[in-house]
Amino acid sequence: MTMLARWEPFEKLWREMNRFQREMDRMFERFGVGLGARPLLSVGYPAVNVWEDDEYVYAEAELPGLNLEDLEIYVTGGDQLTIKGNRPAPATDKGVWHRQERPFGAFQRSLTLPVPVDPEKVEARLEHGVLTIKMAKSQEVKPRRIPVKTD
Amino acid sequence: MAEVNALAHKESKEVATPETTWGGTYYAPRVDILETDEELTFYCDLPGVRPEDLDLRFEKDELVIHGKVRPRYPEGKFWLEEYGTGDFYRAFTIYEEVDPDRISAELKRGVLVIHLPKREEVKPKRIAIRAE
Repeated sequence: MTMLARWEPFEKLWREMNRFQREMDRMFERFGVGLGARPLLSVGYPAVNVWEDDEYVYAEAELPGLNLEDLEIYVTGGDQLTIKGNRPAPATDKGVWHRQERPFGAFQRSLTLPVPVDPEKVEARLEHGVLTIKMAKSQEVKPRRIPVKTD
Repeated sequence: MAEVNALAHKESKEVATPETTWGGTYYAPRVDILETDEELTFYCDLPGVRPEDLDLRFEKDELVIHGKVRPRYPEGKFWLEEYGTGDFYRAFTIYEEVDPDRISAELKRGVLVIHLPKREEVKPKRIAIRAE
């Protein structure tokens, strides 16, 4: 109905691509030909939400207990976002665990962003265990407002 | 120790259980529980919960964790939505004899740590063996 609707086929394709990438990652992990050290956490960790506005693409992940210094965040090739880190195992030398549900270990997550971003304009914040990465869209993909003259 | 109520785990957005009384979706936080001679310690992942938005209660042997999560997304569509957000809620029945007056908790970087010290009389006592 609306003229501003996103072109759905592309979005679907983009989602499919990311899913394909995750499946490939999992396959490689299963056969043990991943990137050196085997991550203790699944390749899909952390789960990521991605959204955008006119100027920025945002990626968010829940990483409770971590510091920003414990994380490495890369944007490569304009549209590949990588989040790397390590969640230390709980230190205990005494006692009994009744439950251990919280994941720990090294993790690495890569995903393809919906549009290219400027790697020089990436900001990351970690507040109350939530990581937010704000990435400025590349100049050429930003929507331009077309001035409309009225007489 | 028994868990009274296990709700949605934060695996994906699909497992959310809508709760009509609170009018929103909420999630069971992931928890590690350690027991030592001295205390029970709960480590609880509550990403997005600020200390002022946490309601922690211990009542009739029940430990109740309720963390409110402030809405943080603008209107609009997600490109990728792998997890949902909502309040965290989970309750545990504690069968150990804990001292309610000495319970303490801290919430830092989205991780809640709760210390439930055992009562003196239930702590294991080391029995000294005399040697002749």
